[in-house]
Amino acid sequence: MSSFGSLGDPAATFVLRGARVIDPSTDGDAIRDLAVVDGQLADPAGAPSDAPRLDGRGLVVGPGLCDLHVHLREPGMERAETVESGARAAAHGGFTTICAMPNTEPPLDEPARVAMVLDRARNRACRVRVIAAATRGREGERITEIGELAAMGIAGVSDDGSAVASARVARGLLAYLAPLGLPLIEHAEDPALATGSVMRAGETATRLGLAGWPASAELSIVERDIALAAETGGWVHFTHLSTAGGLDAIRRAKERGIHVTCDVTPHHLALTDAWVAGWRGFAWDEPTGVGADPFGAPLDAALAYDPACRVNPPLSPRTEALALLAGVADGTIDAIATDHAPHPRERKGVEFGAAAPGMIGLETALSIGLAAVQAGSLDLGRLLAALGTRPGELIGERRTLEAGSVADLVIFDPAATWRVEASGLASASSNTPLLGMELPGVVRMTVAGGRITYRDGLDATA
Amino acid sequence: MLDVANGHTTRHRPAAGGVVVSWPDHDAPASTGWPHRHLLDVDQLTRDELEACLDLAVEMRERRLRRETLDLLSGEVVGLAFCEPSTRTRVSFELAAEALGAQVVELPIDVSSVTKGESLVDTLRTLERTGVTTVILRHSMSGAPYLAARSVPVRIVNAGDGSHAHPTQALLDALTLRDALGSLDGRKIAIVGDIGHSRVARSNLHALTALGASVWLAGPPAWVRGFESWPGVHVADRLEDALADADAVMTLRIQLEREAGGGVPSLREYTARWGLDADRLAVAQTGAPVLHPGPTNEGVEITADLAASERSLIGTQVVNGVAMRMAVLALLAQ
Repeated sequence: MSSFGSLGDPAATFVLRGARVIDPSTDGDAIRDLAVVDGQLADPAGAPSDAPRLDGRGLVVGPGLCDLHVHLREPGMERAETVESGARAAAHGGFTTICAMPNTEPPLDEPARVAMVLDRARNRACRVRVIAAATRGREGERITEIGELAAMGIAGVSDDGSAVASARVARGLLAYLAPLGLPLIEHAEDPALATGSVMRAGETATRLGLAGWPASAELSIVERDIALAAETGGWVHFTHLSTAGGLDAIRRAKERGIHVTCDVTPHHLALTDAWVAGWRGFAWDEPTGVGADPFGAPLDAALAYDPACRVNPPLSPRTEALALLAGVADGTIDAIATDHAPHPRERKGVEFGAAAPGMIGLETALSIGLAAVQAGSLDLGRLLAALGTRPGELIGERRTLEAGSVADLVIFDPAATWRVEASGLASASSNTPLLGMELPGVVRMTVAGGRITYRDGLDATA
Repeated sequence: MLDVANGHTTRHRPAAGGVVVSWPDHDAPASTGWPHRHLLDVDQLTRDELEACLDLAVEMRERRLRRETLDLLSGEVVGLAFCEPSTRTRVSFELAAEALGAQVVELPIDVSSVTKGESLVDTLRTLERTGVTTVILRHSMSGAPYLAARSVPVRIVNAGDGSHAHPTQALLDALTLRDALGSLDGRKIAIVGDIGHSRVARSNLHALTALGASVWLAGPPAWVRGFESWPGVHVADRLEDALADADAVMTLRIQLEREAGGGVPSLREYTARWGLDADRLAVAQTGAPVLHPGPTNEGVEITADLAASERSLIGTQVVNGVAMRMAVLALLAQ
């Protein structure tokens, strides 16, 4: 039986015995006991004798996961997700912090609207940080009252859903943000190149007769913003990076010492543009069928043009997905962020080109990462750093599993598998092409700020 | 071969490779020889199945010439769902369905709302409940027939979806070419124009390469790039390379609004560089036939003289269109 808790619950006390504890903040990786006493990590030897003892053998403990990119749809589209349901989905997925994007209806472009979401976020199943709109109405012209918003604790500003199209406005934003220490979180997509496109340009798009988004649409904004960050001293964070070219540009900018960071979604690492044609296999799997032969292989009528695969930025070709995975492995990509984008059924059960872009990701991100680990494409410690430690640092949250810290962690069974089914998801939406798939990695407990926010089994042993 | 003079017995005929095309009449049990419920694109058909379609269309054409009454689809209700303006294809399907004894209903679809993706599934579900058994679907968005086939328990015939596929057009083109050339094996077929936005071209690439032809594409770079690694397909930098020794040439309708997208500077320049006329065709095989899916912009992609010449098979394509659609409807109804 699984259950949810909240940040308003009493602080937890338990001893977990014999789990593999991985702490990227100290490069720690050891099988040991771990104690939580009144919400604090403690020396197991000093734990109270009546603290529940949990059997951690076979389980992994990592830092609580931190998602830099989530759409909670409140206000405006509460049928798709609310702060409450999104926070539960996060806890179910092992996340202890999520950052809510501002493209709600109306957008979070002024202090009162940000305050409303922060108010609704109190005592939920995870911490909810707000990313405020970069420009009023997300229209790309006048910047928001960033000073006042910064004082409210926002994690950054973004016009996510679109890039800040005007280079002049982007430059002004970076200059204004620089002394505040907050990032411009950029959705790198040049509207002149991408508008009207519904998937990534390439052989699959050509086969399917779908308008293609060229990789240059991302690169042109990435290169522009790197130049602007270098000039202004501002910090640009590229979210949901999807091209190998953009990754290369960021790698070079980091080598030059420019303040640039980035994240990638699990689906841009694991899924490929061939999914739109109906192939179902991860990027690190050997492609077959239409995944291997985009022109010659017949389409699978049951899976081709699945609107669940419509996402923006669009899914990348396999070679680029593998390049992005290598970017996570070598640390060029700071974080894995889900771009959890819930949509109600009626916005997805339509023609591919008419479907709302986006897929949910909070509850499958860790499992997708573990699938990459199992395939030998990623190190488990690196995965947990990219899902927890490093994104936490980017928003000013330190995650560590050292005694004396507030307990903020995820406990999961890497060997267990689960089937992705709508009924098993805590999100109010189920728009993901992973439905029906069997994935590795089951979260047994999430502890946020010393409180148990999600628990599946893991009962006290005698 | 089928004895077309005797229309009152059930006949089974092995086609090339053993696909059985059956021709049940009203007092004989139906065969289950055709494995496909829908026709979404020709990529789903094996070479044997493609040949079987063409063979059956030949028979349909002959029977139609003799004005025979056929009732293969009696009791069936065929719905024409054209969510995009079309006259030729709609009329061709309508004639085909009526020639087979089906009741034909035109579905009142609001083109403007469907193109916004609002109501396709709802509309088709409603129609299915009113007794429609086969939907002929024309839609402006690539992939719409796949959504329809997944969502509604009726047979779906794709009558053109976005830039993706137009399978009955490709089948009738293949029939027209097979009649003219004897066989497509080893033949060089040139297709000229806006390949990238053309559902006709894409379905033809599947059908013609499956039947053994090599296909050469020519047109403005923005309209032909991206097809280079399609097996059996060549992208020519110059029109004359595509036309040289071609056994047949197909040119596509130029969508007049596309020049704004950066494909070509002007229609005048398109015609100057890629327009077909008798002189340009001199490098092709002697008498190589010319096809066009229609409607033509005479003087743009093809000269009026060439379109009206003996080499033009444009009229034959229209005749074959009805026969091919009869064949497709008959096969799917098995």
